[in-house]
Amino acid sequence: MAKALTLKELSKREINISSGHRLCSGCGAPIVVKMVLLASDYPVVAANATGCLEVSTCISDYTSWKIPWIHNAFENAAATLSGVETMYRSLKKQGKISQDIKFIAFGGDGGTYDIGLQSLSGAMERGHDMLYICYDNGAYMNTGIQRSSATPFGADTTTRPAGSVVPGKTEKRKNLTKIMAAHNIPYVAQASPSHWSDLMKKVRKALEISGPKFMNIMAPCNRGWRTRTDDAIMLSRLAVETCFWPLYEIENGVTKITFKPKEKKPVVDFLKPQGRFKHLFKPENEGLLAKIQTDIDWEWEKLQKEEACFTS
Amino acid sequence: MAKVVAVTGNEAVANALRQVNPDVCAVYPITPQTEMMQRFSSFVSDGQVKTELILVESEHSAMSSCVGASAAGGRVITATSSQGLALMWEILFIASGTRLPIVMPVVNRALSAPLNIHGDHSDAMGARDTGWIQLWSENGQEAYDNTIQAFRIAEHMDIRLPAMICMDGFIISHSIERLEYLDDQDVQAFVGKFKQLNPLLDIEHPVSYGPLILPDYYMEYRRAQAEVATKVAQVVLDVADDFAQLSGRKYGLFETYRLDDAEIGLVILNSAAGTSKDVVDEFRDRGIKAGLFKPRLYRPFPYEETGEALKHLKALCVLDRADCFGGSFGPVFVDIATSLYPYRERPILINKIYGLGGRDYLPGHAELVLNELVDVAQTGTVRNYKEYIGVRE
Ligand SMILES: Cc1ncc(C[n+]2csc(CCOP(=O)(O)OP(=O)(O)O)c2C)c(N)n1
Ligand code: SF4
Ligand SMILES: [Mg+2]
Repeated sequence: MAKALTLKELSKREINISSGHRLCSGCGAPIVVKMVLLASDYPVVAANATGCLEVSTCISDYTSWKIPWIHNAFENAAATLSGVETMYRSLKKQGKISQDIKFIAFGGDGGTYDIGLQSLSGAMERGHDMLYICYDNGAYMNTGIQRSSATPFGADTTTRPAGSVVPGKTEKRKNLTKIMAAHNIPYVAQASPSHWSDLMKKVRKALEISGPKFMNIMAPCNRGWRTRTDDAIMLSRLAVETCFWPLYEIENGVTKITFKPKEKKPVVDFLKPQGRFKHLFKPENEGLLAKIQTDIDWEWEKLQKEEACFTS
Repeated sequence: MAKVVAVTGNEAVANALRQVNPDVCAVYPITPQTEMMQRFSSFVSDGQVKTELILVESEHSAMSSCVGASAAGGRVITATSSQGLALMWEILFIASGTRLPIVMPVVNRALSAPLNIHGDHSDAMGARDTGWIQLWSENGQEAYDNTIQAFRIAEHMDIRLPAMICMDGFIISHSIERLEYLDDQDVQAFVGKFKQLNPLLDIEHPVSYGPLILPDYYMEYRRAQAEVATKVAQVVLDVADDFAQLSGRKYGLFETYRLDDAEIGLVILNSAAGTSKDVVDEFRDRGIKAGLFKPRLYRPFPYEETGEALKHLKALCVLDRADCFGGSFGPVFVDIATSLYPYRERPILINKIYGLGGRDYLPGHAELVLNELVDVAQTGTVRNYKEYIGVRE
């Protein structure tokens, strides 16, 4: 089990995604990637699904990636990395490679919850030794804030805009973290860049476990969420403290909540600063706000019960 | 010592793949290819190859994982047919645009709808402009020989492009033929060791694969790819020379059969060429100067060499086992017509669509077409430039 890194140790590590990339200032995605790569004690080969992170970090002839990196298409980061990992195993078995290398895929929510779900499911089921990370910003941001199955209930997006008869998204989010847990893989976790130590601990744990691992990491997008550019960490903290985005892990089927807010904040604290939820605060949408809170309470309750199954 | 065997086309190609012994193979079932990958999987289970299999959940992931594995730095294969190739389509361009020498046998089958599992060329024709090298094969022997040569061509340091080896579904994949296997060591020596080029697994020299390229450089990148295509034909010929020394079997960019002094001729791909050659012989016996042209390297298409080989004919029929919908001619016809366009004196061209969805192509069909060509050559008039044959009216 890898030991936790101190801030001092972290400050001495090389940052493997360089600045100068073209992601919007204040974007959550590169913060997540930086933390993930900093956490690894091993050389990493990364794969990236098409999306904001990918189009902004490798525009020929420049690359922000100081580690080997491959982008193939939108829906196939998991399949692509499974090919890289298989070649690694083949060459290692033949004695052509001796190093220990870790494999990490990064996909957005669109590339993971939606179009890439089959590829991810296949790669996880096949047991490749890799960590798949979904950086979840709750919409297809690269193409201009379209609804995905990760978009929160009620959010305004460009394909489900809040209008006079439609109050934004009318469906609940898909619970991808649970879907991945249902693959019976050794490690699944949810993390947030606000809780960087928890995030990095989870990455370090995942990299020590052999086999397929999945992490879902919140990555605020100020363009799509319509927030201030310097609010990414504050918002991801509110997501955790309102239990909109609980921090937990499922290791070999055992659920553990890794952060329990002392006092669970009302979800409106998370919704209010975001322009995508503005319409929900109109008097006629009061019921929708109440529904969001009820759903969160229920999910949080359920998660705690799941954890309790293993601790009692 | 070469070994004479009686095997199906699928079995022959699976054996070629065993002899090459690649590092990684992605496997997904589809008729009529399935048996080939089943056989290869048995070689893995029995320890006859060092290959690691990826038992993917779709052909899209098969090609996606091949891209990852090939970029990682080793020899990679998969195989498919029909809907499987169609599902891969998006990633075929990424494999060629990224210049990854993946080798893929394609057992040609019709496309849906309506669903049909039998042989025609619609699948590979739909992928002819994806930047892949295509080698087409008349029989099991050619499929076996082309598979072995494909690795040398695709992996050539001046080329580095993916290659598909096409053979007819069922007619070749499932028919037992007599053919000759090369020795394992000879195949190994012929294909040689895989040479890495910017492998992703080289941690000391990190590379980024799959960048975004904006209008400022995208076109230069594409032109570079088009230029590589112009070098393929010579490499195919060089590899064929080496292969002839090893096997005694000679290959070119295409095969010409009794064509040098011919006045009328057929252009036809794959298994139907064999049937047609017999009928060409019958016409020759009757004193009619008939000949045949069978493309082998269909992509990149050797336009100049093809035009040179066909320009002296009076009348020529291109037989297509696929159609281009939208009122145009069959795909092979369009290429042959293009290759002849620069010549002031050129044969009259007609196009027949045959054998779709496994419809039999019989000697009688070749005979009808050749009789029509006799007439066209004599009168200079054409009844029908494009027509379906062997079809109920
Ligand atoms: C097959 C395919 N369909 C659609 C697209 C267009 N596309 C590119 S990126 C993208 C959105 C990506 O969304 P997400 O995965 O959530 O990542 P984000 O941009 O939000 O970081 C879309 C729809 C594509 N590249 N490929
Ligand atoms: S649109 Fe959002 S996700 Fe994309 S770069 Fe900007 S802030 Fe980041
Ligand atoms: Mg997104």
